[in-house]
Amino acid sequence: MTLLGIDNHLPALQVVIPLMGAPLCFLLRRPVLAWGFSVAISSATLIIAFLLLQTTLQTGPLSYALGGWAAPWGIEYRVDTLNGYILLLVTAISTLSLLYARTSFEHEINSAQLPLLYAGWLLCLTGFLGMTITGDAFNVFVFLEISSLSSYLLISLGPDRRSLTAAFRYLVIGTIGATFILIAIGLFYSMTGTLNMADLAILLSKNTESRTFHAAIGFLLIGLAIKAAIFPLHLWLPNAYTWAPSAVSVFLAATATKVAIYLLLRFLFTVIGAEHSFNLFTLNQALLPLGVLAVLIGSVVAIYQDNIKKLLAYSSVAQIGYMVLGITLVSLSGLTATLLHLFNHALMKGALFMAVGAIFYRTGSLRIADLTGLGRTMPLTMAAFLISGLSLIGLPLTVGFVSKWYLVVGAVEANQMWLAIIILLGSLLAIIYFWKVIEIAYFHHKSSEAPVVNEAPLSLLIPTWILVGANIYFGIDTRLTAGVAEKAALLLLGGTP
Amino acid sequence: MIPELESGNIALLSMLTPLAATPLMLLLHRYPNWRETVSLGAGLVLLLLVIQLHSAGTTPLETTTLAAPVTGISIALAVEPLGLLFATLISILWLATTVYAIGYMRHHDESHQTRFYIWFAIAISSAIGIAFSANMFTLFVFYELLTFSTFPLVTHSGSREARLAGRTYLGWLVGTSVGFLLFAMVWTWILAGTLDFRPGGVLAGHITPSQGGILLGLYVIGVGKAALIPFHRWLPAAMVAPTPVSALLHAVAVVKAGVFTILKVVIFIFGFDLVNSAWSQELLLYAVATTIIIGSLIALRQDNLKRRLAYSTISQLSYIVLGALLVNSASLTGSAMHMVTHAFGKITLFFCAGAILVTTHKTKVSELSGLGRQMPLTMAAFFIASISIIGLPPAAGTWSKWYLAMGTVESGQWLLLGILMVSSLLNIAYLLPIPLNAFLGSSGNNKSHFQEAPAPILLAITFTAAGCLFLFFWPDTLYQLASSIHLP
Repeated sequence: MTLLGIDNHLPALQVVIPLMGAPLCFLLRRPVLAWGFSVAISSATLIIAFLLLQTTLQTGPLSYALGGWAAPWGIEYRVDTLNGYILLLVTAISTLSLLYARTSFEHEINSAQLPLLYAGWLLCLTGFLGMTITGDAFNVFVFLEISSLSSYLLISLGPDRRSLTAAFRYLVIGTIGATFILIAIGLFYSMTGTLNMADLAILLSKNTESRTFHAAIGFLLIGLAIKAAIFPLHLWLPNAYTWAPSAVSVFLAATATKVAIYLLLRFLFTVIGAEHSFNLFTLNQALLPLGVLAVLIGSVVAIYQDNIKKLLAYSSVAQIGYMVLGITLVSLSGLTATLLHLFNHALMKGALFMAVGAIFYRTGSLRIADLTGLGRTMPLTMAAFLISGLSLIGLPLTVGFVSKWYLVVGAVEANQMWLAIIILLGSLLAIIYFWKVIEIAYFHHKSSEAPVVNEAPLSLLIPTWILVGANIYFGIDTRLTAGVAEKAALLLLGGTP
Repeated sequence: MIPELESGNIALLSMLTPLAATPLMLLLHRYPNWRETVSLGAGLVLLLLVIQLHSAGTTPLETTTLAAPVTGISIALAVEPLGLLFATLISILWLATTVYAIGYMRHHDESHQTRFYIWFAIAISSAIGIAFSANMFTLFVFYELLTFSTFPLVTHSGSREARLAGRTYLGWLVGTSVGFLLFAMVWTWILAGTLDFRPGGVLAGHITPSQGGILLGLYVIGVGKAALIPFHRWLPAAMVAPTPVSALLHAVAVVKAGVFTILKVVIFIFGFDLVNSAWSQELLLYAVATTIIIGSLIALRQDNLKRRLAYSTISQLSYIVLGALLVNSASLTGSAMHMVTHAFGKITLFFCAGAILVTTHKTKVSELSGLGRQMPLTMAAFFIASISIIGLPPAAGTWSKWYLAMGTVESGQWLLLGILMVSSLLNIAYLLPIPLNAFLGSSGNNKSHFQEAPAPILLAITFTAAGCLFLFFWPDTLYQLASSIHLP
């Protein structure tokens, strides 16, 4: 690769490959070909992301001038430990859920729509990767729109007609969010005349008194909070996750909000600067109650759901609350907890949504009451559900425990004992909503007339169990996750992009 | 026979032995005889490994690290006298319980026996992990694993009653451990910078007396497995489990893991001086004393035999916590010894309760009158075990209660001494009438003839009852281990 000089262009290829792949994928027409092609594309992005992260860990941040136009005039792609880590997460989840998707899509979706679906998937991936990798504020908005529009498409293709209203609702709220972000970027531009993030960081710090700046921060925060589904701006999320096709739920639940949280971190810490965000504007005090309410209300509402995907979606709202709490601590362990939880939550929610997709594949139902007896009829699927659920609760030796540990340590270090108590209380609520499902699956017996249900096919089980394995592996060996998360947190606190 | 191994590695092997047996049990689920042979074999290997550890000697500072999930905190094993004592206790009684379970589960026609043996083995693995934990973090990991691995055993029957009991069980145990124990652990980690178990404690010099008082309280409450009233509800609920589970897990492994944790925390995290200077020490001592009395009083009112034994366990566990919190050499020796003597006594009592259930389908104390003529061996064992729990010669409980009493005297806590004495009287009141009525009372109208429990059950009962007597006459090994637990 070095011979061809391709490795110099890896940052561009990270985004260009899926972008080019999307229309080609649509032209392939045959569903199996389109699937194979998109798996190949997604795997290629995974390899690139891996190489990029490795390079940044060894030699420091990479800067790539798109089209040869130097920053701050041209668009700069910038990879450091933080977004290298997010790129790896997004591409890994995309590849795994695509592997899972074929069987699940064939069952849920009209085959004529499948090439379209895969093309949309690749576009969505392009959007996520572009938002993550770019060092240009306006470019963020462009990719945000690419990912948003394609995710509305993905959701609306769901097997139930309610997916249409869910997608429409997400479209309306999501567009408001995107517009707010655009307004904020426009205001930044009007103040400084630049769109490059590093440049913005320098120029903005000179003019912190300006009313424009304050308004921009307000718009930005609300816009990102909508995309990240931070309480109380999470209303689009439960329906979108519930009615989307199973594999799309896996993909979006594990990546979409994570990328938005990444952007929040990037803007708060790098562009605006930690000093301004938290000391001058005390944004952590604005976010803190939102995080607390997200954890408590998200968990309590999850207890009362009778649709399994909705339960998981509300649990996501609570888990995003944990990530927000980590940010508000503005400390090394707090940020490490947030970044770790980004990764770990993707692993557990991914596995949970995959297990639920496998259940839907066999039973055709998402109602919790219909899970009766699945502990016996689908033992492997339910075991995967059980283990990733225990990870969600935070049982030691799973990833959930590791991120919660860092979060509680962060809270106690900051002498916020009550916050530690809230976090632990959240875990206890998680036990309640999760155990409700387990009891029905393992203890309630099916009536004798109920149709016979078999174990899910291997094509669904294998990706699920890879994620379940990752839940345990990264719960025991945290050198990769906690190591990189800690480096990235240091980077954010250091203030340099 | 066994190649030279470091003690940490033997500890690791002994932790893995029951775990390694589980795939075999699963494979052999169609061949019950072979499946149970595997279980017995694993028990024997475990016992041999632990005996090997006795001869290898203890080196508490030599640890075997398995993984490091959080920077600076590792999952590591080490062997020290208290852990060795606990592991020895579990490995001996697991073997006895397996023999017992073979008789019980078959005779009682329990369903899902393979599942039963597998979760049982995993629970034993976790308990051995607790015994050999080299730091608080490792202990916590195995503590939670023990909770979750015993859950399927508690809810074994799958009935509605079992399901509700399972909720209570999980709710109290996980609630206290996540709410208080995890919190206490994180706090310790931040204050001391380490969670290692070190002789003399790790907190000294890092903590103010007022913080120390709160932290000690968090630990004692957080260890829900020690069943301190009002955090005891899970223990009577767990009695819906099959009797071997109640006998080994809810009279020995799980509850002793709780008091073991408290002993570990007091000796190796806090250190004597810090406990003595904590403002909450006195308060906790009286909470524990209250549990001793109230537990006994509730036991007195229970007609269901297993529930009566469960409340008796609650009361007896607090003896051990009392000894731990008094932190003097006599009280700690007494605590460690009581872990063992109470285990032998209580497991025998549960074995007897199960034998009675299997043979006569009776569960109530009031139905047992005259049963001594039908089941003389069982009721004789019941009598011996009762004597041991009460603390009368010639049974092992005498020694541990003696040292606990000495401990209260050494600390000048005369009121607590009085409470121990009153509680012994209460023990007599709720335990002794059962065997006495069985032998001396009338059995009602129907004439009863000799009909004992199945042979494996009798074998196990005889063994553990003999253990109660053996430890009275030959307590040397036990005493030596127990009296060295707090020495560096």
